[in-house]
Amino acid sequence: MSLSGERRIQEHPILPEVDRKQVTIYFDGQAISAYEGEPIAAALMSAGVRSFRRTVKRGEPRGIFCAIGRCTDCMMIVNGKPNIRTCVTPVEDGMQVSRQLGYGKAEEAAK
Amino acid sequence: MRKMEADIAIIGAGSAGLCAAIQAAEAGADVVVFDENQLPGGQLFKQIHKFFGSREHQAGVRGFEIGQQLLEDVKKSGAKVMLDSVVYGLFAENSLGVIAEDKYHYEVKAKKIIIAAGAKENYMAFPGSTLPGVMGAGAAQTMINVNRVLPGKRIVMLGSGNVGLIVSYQLMQAGAQVAAVVEAAPTIGGYGVHAGKIRRAGVPILTGHTIKEVYGKEEVEGVILAQLDEKWQMIPGTEQDIKADTLCLAVGLNPMTELAWMAGCQFTHIPALGGHVPLHDHNMETTKPGVYVAGDITGVEEASSAMEEGKLAGIAAAAALGYLSQEEAAAKKQEVLRRLDMLRTGLFGEKRKAAKERQMAEMVGYQAVTAEKGGVK
Amino acid sequence: MVKTGVAYTGVPSKEELAKIPGMPSEERMAKGAVAVIECVQEIPCNPCEAACPFGAIRVGEPITSLPVLDEEKCTGCGACVAACPGLAIFTVNMAYSDEEAAVAFPYEYRPLPAKNDLVDAVDREGQIVSRGRVLDIKMPKAFKQTAVVTLAVPKAMGSRVRGMAPFSPMLREGRE
Repeated sequence: MSLSGERRIQEHPILPEVDRKQVTIYFDGQAISAYEGEPIAAALMSAGVRSFRRTVKRGEPRGIFCAIGRCTDCMMIVNGKPNIRTCVTPVEDGMQVSRQLGYGKAEEAAK
Repeated sequence: MRKMEADIAIIGAGSAGLCAAIQAAEAGADVVVFDENQLPGGQLFKQIHKFFGSREHQAGVRGFEIGQQLLEDVKKSGAKVMLDSVVYGLFAENSLGVIAEDKYHYEVKAKKIIIAAGAKENYMAFPGSTLPGVMGAGAAQTMINVNRVLPGKRIVMLGSGNVGLIVSYQLMQAGAQVAAVVEAAPTIGGYGVHAGKIRRAGVPILTGHTIKEVYGKEEVEGVILAQLDEKWQMIPGTEQDIKADTLCLAVGLNPMTELAWMAGCQFTHIPALGGHVPLHDHNMETTKPGVYVAGDITGVEEASSAMEEGKLAGIAAAAALGYLSQEEAAAKKQEVLRRLDMLRTGLFGEKRKAAKERQMAEMVGYQAVTAEKGGVK
Repeated sequence: MVKTGVAYTGVPSKEELAKIPGMPSEERMAKGAVAVIECVQEIPCNPCEAACPFGAIRVGEPITSLPVLDEEKCTGCGACVAACPGLAIFTVNMAYSDEEAAVAFPYEYRPLPAKNDLVDAVDREGQIVSRGRVLDIKMPKAFKQTAVVTLAVPKAMGSRVRGMAPFSPMLREGRE
């Protein structure tokens, strides 16, 4: 199963086109087409994924807030490592990304 | 641990830090700039509107193009830029702790330090404010203009300062709908011309309104607004429900002052500048000799003034190390101060000018007191 | 009471527009194309001054002064329209034809309309006030991605039309 990049901006009035290398990452097992080097959060958002983790006590959903690596609301489990700030961590081909529950445990990820 | 030495270490490769680096390196100083991000330029590359000011301030040029120019200039200047490098601490005798690429640990000794760490967006709490889809306006701007991804399809903007107005416009340029701009104050906070652009596109600006709550199961599905009375209290019965998948908060920024606190700089609290700001003099030097500040960390303004402050700090630090003569430095600084002054005039600039003057006056007061006590240690 | 004026609505009121030095006189408007500089707040900005090849716009010092239009020197060429970072300058030609006025405005959305397209002309508040026929779309390199679109609109709308409803289907849907 894969998610499409329906939220990619195709035509922009001001910005020039950029040449980027297309790769694939996996969100909870689903393939997402991404660009190498873009923040993981941007790739997820392009596919309409906005709920990135759940809080420790109440299990509430959280998503991206600051996009500059300050607020840590976008932390996920990336290649088995929890608490990765996806808004500032660049995409690499084949990355396994999963929604983090609470503080996240390394062994939960990327089964 | 790796050791490194430099004449001037600069923290932050945004508009202020890069301008400081160019000035200091062009004067002949050995300069190193650290930035935690993968790419230099700070927030300049998400600014796609034409800048205001005069030709000397590069008015009419779009922010990201100014950013490209700065990167070229910094390359030519000979300053070294280390990316993916977090400065985690400032210690005694101008020593910096740096972790590069998540694995290399550096101890950096610098004769002068310039902190140009920038600012971060304010948050605001209301029921539903933690739902995915509630995000900073600057975050949304990064998504559309740097990453080229729409954070949502139909957006409500809270805050009508220049950030709220400009980002609303840019969201539409990127192809999103903006349902409304909501402003608690009775008047629009930003430039009338920015407001005019989004009004012409059919976007209402609801002054005297605030967000009562945001609702949605997993993500934002809608926003409930309410009107405010003269005492800023919500008027029951005035609620309106706007369907939207995203709420952007453009409710101000606050300076990222952690390193300046750590260095032991004296602070003051000036709401007009975003909160706690380090005291500094006309050379941008703080109460800690040899530690300079520039850009939004000194008080939130805009990229144009951050660039001028960066130049000022770069010139002053290079001059303090003898790379510029007193006369050369004075002439350069005078030019920068003149341009800076131009940016702090008019309907919107006067308030910032008064705030900056207060900040520098407090610095003079602090210096007088410490001189009486026998000088700074 | 409904408050008017740019600080309350984002749209300059009639009174505000009447007293600024960037507005041409009615006599000058009647003669043909001329710049209409709807800059009503003192902000530090002056690119319009340098953009005018005829020296018809003066900001001077301080830089926050409102731009002053010399309506005799102005030819209505529109060089200032794309130069204004605030997108607040337009050109209006009330003598375009017997029935129509021509209004040029900056346009920074995509897709761009094509010549002779019929579009929805909007006023300063984004209200659709008439149909407009696209007479011209200019976007030389010097405009830095700001297109200047000229519409023919009913003459009575020459003083009101200041843009067109965005052309993209998604943005249009958002207006309803």
